[in-house]
Amino acid sequence: MIALENVAYTYGGGELFSGVDLTLAPGSFHFLTGPSGAGKTTLLKLCYGELTATAGHVRVFDQDTRSMDRDAIAMTRRRIGVVHQDCQSLDHLSVGENVMLPLTVAGRGAEVGGNLKDLLGWVGLTAQADQLPPQLSGGERQRAAVARAVIMSPDVILADEPTGNIDWEMSQRLLTLLIELNKMGKTVLVATHDLSLIRTAKAQVATRVLRLKDRRLQLAGADL
Amino acid sequence: MPFLARIMALLAGDPQADRTVPPTGYTARLTLFTSAAMAFLAVFALALSLATGRLANRWSAELAQTSTLRISAPVDQLAAQTRAALTVLETTPGVAQARPLTADEQRALLAPWFGPDLPVETLPIPQLIEIIEDSDGYDATGLRARLQAEVPGAVLDDHTRWREPLVAAAGRLRTLGLVAILLIAASTGAMITLAANAALAASAQVIRVMRLVGARDIYIARAFVRRFTLRALTGATVGMIAGILAVMLLPRSDVAGGFLTGLGFQGAHWLWPLVIPPLAAIVAFFATRAAALRTLREQS
Repeated sequence: MIALENVAYTYGGGELFSGVDLTLAPGSFHFLTGPSGAGKTTLLKLCYGELTATAGHVRVFDQDTRSMDRDAIAMTRRRIGVVHQDCQSLDHLSVGENVMLPLTVAGRGAEVGGNLKDLLGWVGLTAQADQLPPQLSGGERQRAAVARAVIMSPDVILADEPTGNIDWEMSQRLLTLLIELNKMGKTVLVATHDLSLIRTAKAQVATRVLRLKDRRLQLAGADL
Repeated sequence: MPFLARIMALLAGDPQADRTVPPTGYTARLTLFTSAAMAFLAVFALALSLATGRLANRWSAELAQTSTLRISAPVDQLAAQTRAALTVLETTPGVAQARPLTADEQRALLAPWFGPDLPVETLPIPQLIEIIEDSDGYDATGLRARLQAEVPGAVLDDHTRWREPLVAAAGRLRTLGLVAILLIAASTGAMITLAANAALAASAQVIRVMRLVGARDIYIARAFVRRFTLRALTGATVGMIAGILAVMLLPRSDVAGGFLTGLGFQGAHWLWPLVIPPLAAIVAFFATRAAALRTLREQS
């Protein structure tokens, strides 16, 4: 699905990380952890083509992102659902419209039918469908972001600190959503520094934990 | 036809896509106003071009159809030479009519310089013969040669000297009008580009989110292109109607006389201003498209 080969990213003169090798196989579930500022978000951005690696190769669906034009990147993003750390919603559109935005911009808005209702029910936002994102709580916004990430039925789901500003119970529900998606065959990569979340997940699904530390990506041991 | 169908589909728009990019009221109003003002000015530039074109045609046609023969001779020979000249003119192919000006007419011609009571009969002034050509015209060189032989005091003036600078002046005015139209079109394009850039900058976050969820550049650009094309079309239509009304309200040339009031449209020329709104829309379409695609490429 996504493969990083000897990837480095340099940020305004300083090296964020280098020599990163990572392969996300279909149906795998990965956690990405590490201290704040280690480059977790940057690594995710490399995976969906918002940033280009300064060295090495990032292959998404067997295509090198460096050789992709803007349209190819757009088409690739339709196959990758991303839950952004700050949700990235359009505040002038209702929650429902935000969730179906990927379909709208793909010119497939008419296909949504009952799926939107089902999806909103699944993330528990049926009552909030007509509200605007600023009217929602942080947890509701994050669940809306998950719904938007999966509405295109993507092959890969990348989530950046999806439980960043929500309480324990809500983060459990979010994790359950991601695990269910993984069981449906989606490849999942979750960046988080919430270790208890990782422990809970490990009890339910086969995961690999990657740690970004000291400018290197390592496979974390069983100590978690 | 597929191109036209695409344009129509674009203008019909996708209401869902249209909601995605929130419109900016301020830029919208400014674009409407400027398009209207530009179209208003374009109507006048068009009127100027068409009126001077008409003027050039009229001058060259009217002056080309007439010429003047001037006979300068001692007073006792004047009548004989005039008769001889008339004989020559009557036998010249291409001359429809030749008529010596009467003393009253010559007095009227000189009145601006010498006053109304000039006794022209007693003065040694030349006799003028007005020649009116038929549609084919005559051979001026041949006529000059014959006149030189038979009427030595005759000088033929076919008005070329007067006509050419007048026609050239009218032609230059027309060019000026066309240049003004081109400048107006270019300014419209520049103004739309600036407005589109402002709108794109104001929507930077919306564009970012749309890119993140997989929108292609052309999809995002289309939302802006459609909006600005419609604004330019609407504004230019209003401006054009106002311009036509203003031209209609100008005093008529037969009432006020003079050149300036000849500014206006005649007959089928009234249809020309209808070209302005679609032209403004085309300019807006390409200006916005270029601005949007450039801005999108520069982002991320």
